[in-house]
Amino acid sequence: MSPERRAAILLTLLGAALVALPWLAGSYVLSVATLILFFAYTGQAWNVMMGFAGQLSLGHSLYVGLGAYAAAGLFFHYGIGPWAGVWLAIAACVAAGAVIGFLAFRFGISGVYFALLTIAFAEFTRIGFDHIQWLGGPGGLFIKVEQREAWDLLDLRGTPRMFYYVMLALTTGAFALCAWLLRSRAGYYWQAIRENEEAAQALGINTFRWKMLAVVISAAMTAVSGVFFAFYYNNLFPEQIFHISRSIEIILGPIIGGLGTLFGPILGAAVLTILADGITELMALAGLEIPGVKQVFYGLCLLVVVMFLPHGIWPTIARRLGLTRR
Amino acid sequence: MALLEVRGVSKAFRGLRAVQSVSFDVAEGAIAAMIGPNGAGKTTCFNVIAGVFAPDTGTVSLGGRAITGLHPHLVCRAGVGRTFQVVKPFPQMSVLDNVVVGALNASARVADARREARRVLELLHLQEKRGALAASLTLPERKRLEVARAMATRPRLLLLDEVMAGLRPTEVDEMVGVFRRINRETGLTILLIEHVMRAVMALAGRVVVLHHGEKICEGAPEEVVRDPAVLECYLGEEAL
Repeated sequence: MSPERRAAILLTLLGAALVALPWLAGSYVLSVATLILFFAYTGQAWNVMMGFAGQLSLGHSLYVGLGAYAAAGLFFHYGIGPWAGVWLAIAACVAAGAVIGFLAFRFGISGVYFALLTIAFAEFTRIGFDHIQWLGGPGGLFIKVEQREAWDLLDLRGTPRMFYYVMLALTTGAFALCAWLLRSRAGYYWQAIRENEEAAQALGINTFRWKMLAVVISAAMTAVSGVFFAFYYNNLFPEQIFHISRSIEIILGPIIGGLGTLFGPILGAAVLTILADGITELMALAGLEIPGVKQVFYGLCLLVVVMFLPHGIWPTIARRLGLTRR
Repeated sequence: MALLEVRGVSKAFRGLRAVQSVSFDVAEGAIAAMIGPNGAGKTTCFNVIAGVFAPDTGTVSLGGRAITGLHPHLVCRAGVGRTFQVVKPFPQMSVLDNVVVGALNASARVADARREARRVLELLHLQEKRGALAASLTLPERKRLEVARAMATRPRLLLLDEVMAGLRPTEVDEMVGVFRRINRETGLTILLIEHVMRAVMALAGRVVVLHHGEKICEGAPEEVVRDPAVLECYLGEEAL
């Protein structure tokens, strides 16, 4: 069987399992699955910038937060639904990404310094939002929780099952978009820039333009995950949503799953979320409550993967499943 | 008619004058070589032509159009393909994908670029390796990949920076054969920096000699290797 055929069959099976899941699993499993999809989607978005184009962002919480506040603010004050709000969210994140990208790429800031710049933007946005009383300031912004029984897709109010399917659709869409991008001219150019920027320029690639495109697409995709976050959790605090630990949580999945791969972000999110939740549950069963145990666990995971599987888990599994030609 | 015209180009790095008012032409369809001892300014000269550095003075033009100080990607768009002395492959991409990146310069559609890339790989005898990661290639193979990538951009002028270095004599002859064939069949103009005199003598119709950043001699290869100044600074007496 050819690797393509094998991949198509496995994808179909996985898709069927994910669609059937809410009818088989209880509410706890469903909430964990929704969380996995949330991180898979957001990790996929981050992967466009780092995995494809090699531009390390350590401040992706900026886009989650901006997207969340943009849509939640519109809904809270004017009753404008998330399907309209998401466009404002995307516009805000694209603008923020464009400013960061322009500053960095125009003035030759790259590598670690670029990463620092992304942290700086996320941090001062966090502090800035503490002072925007219109959006609740440090006290938080709350969206009314109602209609938990019916599916109101238009206002994104509904049952956990609805949120699961929305997140599943988003993750599927992001996967398809990234698969297409990777095979397009942009995908080739991004990888060339990631591998060697000087050689890329010598082959006629306007590296500034293509790096900007990567940042803007990544920011726009992340904005949508912010909108979901706002309507799923119904409360937003600058201290939480813009926090650097959020950014780290976003990037761990793709790194552990496999940077630059299509399945890495999904696999990584699943492994990390399941293990981290398992540990928290186990600790609770044992009657222990140790704050920060999740962070320590994340650190250990990263350590193990970096040491033994520097390209992430997915490439190894893909080989085992016979999905690669080598 | 001259395709490449370099006029009075100078480039200094702080105190070091790497290239000093160098002028030369490369005729359309010709193969020319640039030789000289290490540190003579050959690669700097290439980098000025390719847009990596803007010259302090002087001009570079391609087919009558000034390309002085353009960004490297625009110089490539204008029709200059180049290789790097220290090879710069895209290590985690396959050999074919490396060349596709180059081919996308000339054809916007990925499918067309893949077809063109396969053709160029065959020309450089790399078709067997097309599925391998560039990181897994040997140095001579990487040099050929470097040439393939540059050629895939469909340049009018190909700049080759020491692509023969480290090759065995039979491999040198093979590469010479490849470049001759390409030059004859497509009329591609080639300017090469080379230390392997065997290749220079076999390929170049004209040779420019640089020393301490200045052009000390220019002419047909047979004349150049008899020039006392060239023998003194570079080739040594045994070259006779």
